[in-house]
Amino acid sequence: MMEYTSLTALWWAVIFSGVYHGLNPGMGWPLAVSAALMEQKFSALPKALLLLAVGHLVAMIAILAPFTMMIWLIEKEYQIRIGASLIVIGMGIYLLINPKHPRYLARVHPAKLGLWSFLSALAHGAALMLVPIYLGICEIAENTSNPMEIGHAAAQNLMSNDLSTALLVSFVHTISMGFSGAVLALFVYWWLGLKFISKAWFNLDKIWALSLILVGAFGLYFSAH
Amino acid sequence: MNKPMKPDPTFHASPKLAMQAPVENFAFTIMLGKDASQHDGLAVIDLRKDSQTYGEIVHQVMVPTTGDEFHHFGWNACSSSLSPLSGHAFLERRYLIVPGIRSSRIYIFDVKEPLEAKIHKVIEPEEVFAKTGYSRPHTIHCGPEGIYVSTLGGSGEDGTESPPGIFIMDCETFDIIGRYEMDRGQQDKHYDFWWNLPQDYMVSSEWGLPPQFENGVVPEDLLSNKYGHSIHFWDLRARKNIQTIDLGENYQMALEIRPAHDPTKSYGFCGVVVDTTNLQGAIFTWWRGDDNTWQAKKVITIDPRPEDPENLPDLLKGFSAVPPLVTDIDLSLDDKYLYVACWGLGEMHQYDVSDPFNPVLAGKVELGGIARETNHPNGKEFLYGPQMVEVSRDGKRVYWTNSLYSTWDDQFYPHQEGGQMVMANVGENGGLTLDPNFYINFPENTRAHQIRLEGGDCSTDSFCYPSV
Repeated sequence: MMEYTSLTALWWAVIFSGVYHGLNPGMGWPLAVSAALMEQKFSALPKALLLLAVGHLVAMIAILAPFTMMIWLIEKEYQIRIGASLIVIGMGIYLLINPKHPRYLARVHPAKLGLWSFLSALAHGAALMLVPIYLGICEIAENTSNPMEIGHAAAQNLMSNDLSTALLVSFVHTISMGFSGAVLALFVYWWLGLKFISKAWFNLDKIWALSLILVGAFGLYFSAH
Repeated sequence: MNKPMKPDPTFHASPKLAMQAPVENFAFTIMLGKDASQHDGLAVIDLRKDSQTYGEIVHQVMVPTTGDEFHHFGWNACSSSLSPLSGHAFLERRYLIVPGIRSSRIYIFDVKEPLEAKIHKVIEPEEVFAKTGYSRPHTIHCGPEGIYVSTLGGSGEDGTESPPGIFIMDCETFDIIGRYEMDRGQQDKHYDFWWNLPQDYMVSSEWGLPPQFENGVVPEDLLSNKYGHSIHFWDLRARKNIQTIDLGENYQMALEIRPAHDPTKSYGFCGVVVDTTNLQGAIFTWWRGDDNTWQAKKVITIDPRPEDPENLPDLLKGFSAVPPLVTDIDLSLDDKYLYVACWGLGEMHQYDVSDPFNPVLAGKVELGGIARETNHPNGKEFLYGPQMVEVSRDGKRVYWTNSLYSTWDDQFYPHQEGGQMVMANVGENGGLTLDPNFYINFPENTRAHQIRLEGGDCSTDSFCYPSV
């Protein structure tokens, strides 16, 4: 029962982080609005959102996949989870100390929305934020399968299970991210108008960095329990 | 560094939103010393209509050095900070970056409190030379990678040993990062530049190399068409010159670049000081054609005025005419009116450029001018002619000063001396009328050049969203 509750909570965390990323202007919803206005046709808005989502998804997978590969080191799993949590905390601290926006993002051609979204999710640690949550889900999934098999389960098998979890986490996260970004972009496009962009662009830099530290801390806490 | 929680209220997503914003309360005008032995500075002018000191210089900051020759300047941050791609939404519009085009020294002024404006940082010429290989910094625009600074000179004592270009500064620390160009193509002279951020292009122009302007205009070079006459189109983010258009060698000194403010539009204007075949001033419209290549066409010509050589400065005696000398242009935020300063004639023209290929003269003010010296409506004299022009965000007020460049002022107006700034009101349907109550004389030994309006104006802000 306890495990079930944690699992549910972790999946909610995947969804919630998606919504959070989607609402953050830094992850691209203003680009969808500007694309539709620049091309003077509405269809550019969903198209832009789709490209942004694809970039975000690829970034998620790119970060989660290596952890999937590492999990076959089953006896090192504890260390991996601690390490991953520390990396996420480290990223948060780095962003707190150094809130400068990476200049390479400014070099991306405005039409390459997918690439921009991919780089942006990496640069701001958006994908990293998912790692402790993902590892938590993997752990619970393993514990709830037949406990006798855990120690000697074929690494292959575990890995493919974890890989599908990674994909599922990335998809669920990206869908909720796309959804919340789309809602905001549509509201601004149809009703709120461009003034909303400067009115509602809150400085999330610190909160974002703290979110990373928080998620990493949870990762540490769960690893220890 | 603690940053604000919300974007600076002077950042606007679209030109239309900028036009609807509160009007300007202050102007910042560059004061340059009468000659290289004098100090330059920044004058703060009160524009609050209900203020006791409206239309007066209420604060000034003089720099400790001499011989800087301030000219153009710009903000550390503008509406481009709202770019959805490179959003630096939490910068403050607070610092003015003021380069000296003679000394290559760059002053950063903190104008957060206009009445207490002060020097924030000084970048010494040696740092500019060492980090960029360029000299004589000029136009400032804040953009995707930081603050972009155009230069008029390359390396070497007189700045001619290598081509001038653009360098980038960090928009927070003001450290010089390095050169902009990866492939400059044919570009070997520089002056102004501006861009369209969402469409990712930049346009740059050409004045001349330092020996061609520092000691005054060189008549032999002008008559043999050796000043700049090309405009260059760049892939902004790839930092590559993609096309150069030679306007024709007789179109000497292609100066100000004014792209349409609405980022859905792919056209803009460039002013040419003088056509050496007939002394006309000219405005070109440049635009991107259906095949994606850039094109340019002359859309406005302004005729010289015949004049008795006796009344002319030595430089012009042989021509028996006063050339218009189109030395600055500025486009209103709604892309409707283009203002053209005719520094020689002593006129400010207002063209309706709703159709950028068929401009229509909508208003005109005569003031000062070579051998005409029209007085201001307040009855006082106006020295030199209308020069640097700046338009309020709402497009209703047009401000201008009178000085071009120290040594050039002395050549074209040898018997005059002094800095002035005036303002004209724009009518509901166009038209331009000088405000008799706005007339500023600058302190002794200073000239007045570019104007910046608090909260942005028509030649600073780049917008990332269309006016809808």
